[in-house]
Amino acid sequence: MNESLTNRRVFIKKMAMLSAMTAAASMFPGILFASEQEAGIPADANLDWKKGPCRFCGVGCGILVGTENGKAVAVKGDPNSSVNKGLLCVKGYHQIMCIQSKDRLTHALVKKNGKYVQTPINEALDIVANKMKETIANHGKDSVAMYTSGQSTIPEGYVASKLMKGAIGTNNLDCNARLCMASAVTGFLTTFGADEPMGCYEDIDHADYFITWGNNMAEMHPVLFSRMLEQKTRRGVKIIDFATRTTRSSTASDRSILFEPQTDLAVANAICYEIIKNGWVNKSFVEKHCSFSKGLTNMGYGLEDNYKFKDKPEKIDFEAYKEFLKDYSPEKVSKYSKVSVKDIKYLAAIYGNPNKKVVSYWCMGMNQHTRGTWMNNLVYNIHLLTGKISQPGNGPFSLTGQPSACGTAREVGTFTHKLPHGVVMNKKDREMAARIWKVPVEGIPSKPTYHATEMFRAVDRGDIKFIWTQATNPLVSLPKTGRYRPAMEKKSCFVVVSDVFPTPTSDVADVILPASWHIEKSGLYGNSERRTQHWDKMVEGPGETMDDAWMFIEVAKRMGYGDLFPYSKENHVEEIYNEYRQFHEGAKHGMAPLEVLKKESGAIWPYVDGKSTQWRFNSKYDPACSNGEDFHFYGKPDGKAIIWQRPFEDAPEKPDQEYPFWLNTGRVIEHWHTGSMTRRIPVLHQAMPNAYVEFHPDDAKSLGIRNGENVKVTSRRGSCTLPASINERGLPTKGQVFVPFFDENMLINDVTLDAFCPISKEPDYKKCAVKVQKA
Amino acid sequence: MPIKSYLVHPVKGKKEELLSALKEIVECEVVPAENQNLLALVTDTPNDKEEEILKEKIEAINSLELLSLVSGYNTPQN
Repeated sequence: MNESLTNRRVFIKKMAMLSAMTAAASMFPGILFASEQEAGIPADANLDWKKGPCRFCGVGCGILVGTENGKAVAVKGDPNSSVNKGLLCVKGYHQIMCIQSKDRLTHALVKKNGKYVQTPINEALDIVANKMKETIANHGKDSVAMYTSGQSTIPEGYVASKLMKGAIGTNNLDCNARLCMASAVTGFLTTFGADEPMGCYEDIDHADYFITWGNNMAEMHPVLFSRMLEQKTRRGVKIIDFATRTTRSSTASDRSILFEPQTDLAVANAICYEIIKNGWVNKSFVEKHCSFSKGLTNMGYGLEDNYKFKDKPEKIDFEAYKEFLKDYSPEKVSKYSKVSVKDIKYLAAIYGNPNKKVVSYWCMGMNQHTRGTWMNNLVYNIHLLTGKISQPGNGPFSLTGQPSACGTAREVGTFTHKLPHGVVMNKKDREMAARIWKVPVEGIPSKPTYHATEMFRAVDRGDIKFIWTQATNPLVSLPKTGRYRPAMEKKSCFVVVSDVFPTPTSDVADVILPASWHIEKSGLYGNSERRTQHWDKMVEGPGETMDDAWMFIEVAKRMGYGDLFPYSKENHVEEIYNEYRQFHEGAKHGMAPLEVLKKESGAIWPYVDGKSTQWRFNSKYDPACSNGEDFHFYGKPDGKAIIWQRPFEDAPEKPDQEYPFWLNTGRVIEHWHTGSMTRRIPVLHQAMPNAYVEFHPDDAKSLGIRNGENVKVTSRRGSCTLPASINERGLPTKGQVFVPFFDENMLINDVTLDAFCPISKEPDYKKCAVKVQKA
Repeated sequence: MPIKSYLVHPVKGKKEELLSALKEIVECEVVPAENQNLLALVTDTPNDKEEEILKEKIEAINSLELLSLVSGYNTPQN
């Protein structure tokens, strides 16, 4: 009795400490409590510390998990990780608290007569395999689909791709990373011909300025932001926050510049206008390493089903580009961007100063944008015109939101158009896949099928009759969920969901498969700086939980593809990774051997001759450069990066008389994405128990809305009722409201618009028109 | 048996001094922020009266600028 009370008291004290630190995290941007991670661990505890990456965001912090008697009991930052240097954020050091949640999915559940019945996992996998086979036999290969995740491990993504594209022969594979960084991918590919940032986090130690584009790093990437703040204190570096809403990041920055939603396109062009006008172009860099192009305009917004778009790039010259920019003088742009001429010139002067190093950071603000690819291109334009790229402290850097959005979604390629190397449209890439997978090349289809939004539209239309989702919660995270929830409930589609916890998505499943949480399996993640990190299984999962990779393999075997998946249960992660590495052999994308990853806290690809490549395209650091020059953008056939002529175009839906407010959605520091994990961590849930709608105080006053009062937010698609928040966490500009999307009880994505960037197909969650009224 | 947590703001330049002073008090568990002038504090006392006395003792520390309550729990006695 005494012992249990003592344990309870120790637990409450730990909770109390976590509450204090969570409160601090919401008040002080980038605050870190490294020594806390050791606090509360008894001095005589005999913990076995095992290394791995954090389960949450794309920063990829290294963690050490302390286990005792087969249970994970403590987490601390890995001091050997160059990413976080022993530090963690509030979500990071609480992460293991969710895995013993009472409602954890521990056994397979199969819906029978409208009720879920606990079913042996082998029987559930039989049902999944039989249903998939039957659907293909009756309706063809393209009637089955898989929707995976940037949280899937590299081996999980790899076997999903091999099963769908290599074995079954359909490109009906896409993932939730489509919702968060597809525009970064198409931005990199169109400008450089090679995906992922050229720099690394060490840029933070060298830059003089950080310019954040629509990016609240203090809440979304707090460990990186704390590294920036450290440099601010130590070296006096400056942080400039360019955004549509005042956030924790804005208040911790040296300058906050606000712009009207969508006009970042125009401001970026205005910065380029100023760079050229003032003679700040790095002429020798541009002449040697850049070319100029323009593409189609007025592309539409993908609002209609079966929308298709293909860009038609056309070469232009510098003079034509300069002429195009005449429409973007600071004076002209200031009128509609609401950014002062002075501030536009200030931003241009930072980029244009040859003696200052500048890193641009962005994440969802630029990517979740109906012109997301263009917006990425435009920031590259700024860095290319000034030659501030691929050098320590100089470069554009797109951050990611999920732990393996880069490693799995982008590098393994769990998108409809991707293969582990290259794209399905390219014959050589298909031949490589066929050779490594040992399948006939004719079996890999050459045309992409459904991207995420279109995949769920196809479910609604009845074109997709079987869908399997893993480690993702689309019925909270998709835009316009009001259409896709009823779609997934239709009897025309058999729904399989594998996950760790029940979610609104598993609520509509025909079969629910209990998945292992990340430390209950071995795996690899790839973070935002091209760092691949491995971890070994640390604890056993409860009940019949199983890792997703092994579920795919079991289903593949049952479908008759056993020969293609000859992996052993004990070593499948290692065997799959070694097979996957073959796709990336060579100086441009070589992956580190598993033995290295087991020893070290990750390695950055290209990993060449036992060394990570920190800055790509710079011959001083990148052994793949072969043109004899200082820089070589080898992703493009001519070795040159492209400066793109991309105009400002309006958002598809703007505030009007009937719907007078912009709606912006996003995240909060306490919760990660749809909250299925962090809302099961008591201290985080208590700190932020529900969503809210933020108002500018003037708007709240004119509407007579008080803090905490329930407000109904309505768009042309749906509505959501939430308490008002005025002058609390963030401050939207006048005429804008902001709602975080983590709360499954307040589904703001019923309200959002499923418009997307025509090139990347990434939806825009940051802009649609709504009205607000007291509930 | 109250357990309370606080954010503790030190007088500028006296974070280490405050940390040492709080560590001396047996009822206190304290964790400093790595990169801010702030400490997280948990107090554990047998009853409300002792808690009140402890609070007064903490507030009397010269290097303390502000003590800000975050959460309070009450647990049964062992």
